[in-house]
Amino acid sequence: MAMLHTVNKSPFERNSLSSCLTKSKEGSTILLIEDAVVGALKGTVVADKLNAAVANKNVCVLGSDLNTRGFTEADIIDGIKIVDYAGFVDLVAEHSNVQSWL
Amino acid sequence: MSEGIKKFMFVNTKAPYGTVYALESLEVVLISAAFDQSVSLVFCDDGIFQIANNQNTEASGMKNFSPAYKALGDYDINKIYVETESLEERGLTLDNIMALTYEDEDDDWAEKSSIIPITRAELADLMDEQDVVISS
Amino acid sequence: MATISVEGKDIEVDEEGYLVNLDEWFPAIASVMAEIDEVEMGDDHWDIINFLREYYEEYQIAPAVRVLTKAVAKKLGKEKGNSKYLYELFPYGPGKQACKFAGLPKPTGCV
Repeated sequence: MAMLHTVNKSPFERNSLSSCLTKSKEGSTILLIEDAVVGALKGTVVADKLNAAVANKNVCVLGSDLNTRGFTEADIIDGIKIVDYAGFVDLVAEHSNVQSWL
Repeated sequence: MSEGIKKFMFVNTKAPYGTVYALESLEVVLISAAFDQSVSLVFCDDGIFQIANNQNTEASGMKNFSPAYKALGDYDINKIYVETESLEERGLTLDNIMALTYEDEDDDWAEKSSIIPITRAELADLMDEQDVVISS
Repeated sequence: MATISVEGKDIEVDEEGYLVNLDEWFPAIASVMAEIDEVEMGDDHWDIINFLREYYEEYQIAPAVRVLTKAVAKKLGKEKGNSKYLYELFPYGPGKQACKFAGLPKPTGCV
């Protein structure tokens, strides 16, 4: 059963996204919310890790939190999906368990 | 620099919205402007996201306080330093930063940019010259 | 929560009389607040209130008195852009009182 991981801290300030990426299994879903959404941006110092993750994990970002910080689909790494609040709820329902990386 | 005026520098290092640091710091900056001190601002690390262009809070329902940074010129705060390495690390350039301006009293109120790009090494020197540095 | 009655509607205000929901504002609210404060509203008052509302729309903050004075001088002329004139219009302070009538929050740093 696949796990949903949520990350809410900026990867430039905390280690939680990197930690999550190394401790999540193939086929699991990683959803970036709140301050973590900037981890989805292209060309950052963590972009290589995210590029590697999209190859075998389902990486998503909460669109409203992305827009709040001034960014849109054009700014994020190819392969990362944008979800809205309803999509967030669907992800929670579809996965066996949710792990929040705080 | 006339007697009694101190050099205050507010260093903003945190992303907006996820925590309250950015908004609180902005309020302190606006209050400090009432005391006729020399005030400058720094945006570095995740703090540069505070002045990112095109912030749109419609879907999240949060208050978009980024327009308030555009009022800093009215408050005679016109030295706004942006650390270039912090931009690069986040895949950003100065084009991603809001156009913050002031009107220069000594130059027939010409509108000028308040944004001053600065390197990490230069910033260390600049902080060393301040009377008061407040970091958040 | 305190309320004031404006054109038959109950409008929520905080303990200092400022609007709770800034989006609820309409001009009659300013008139009722002015009556409560015993200020007789004229065109000069409305000029400042409209100015404040435009300022808030653009910057999402209520300006400090010093900033308001400077901005009014620029927009409406030096004879209006001084604190004596503004205090005559709004005796409890152009920051505090005019912002209240205009449906803005209390200016940051105003005690």
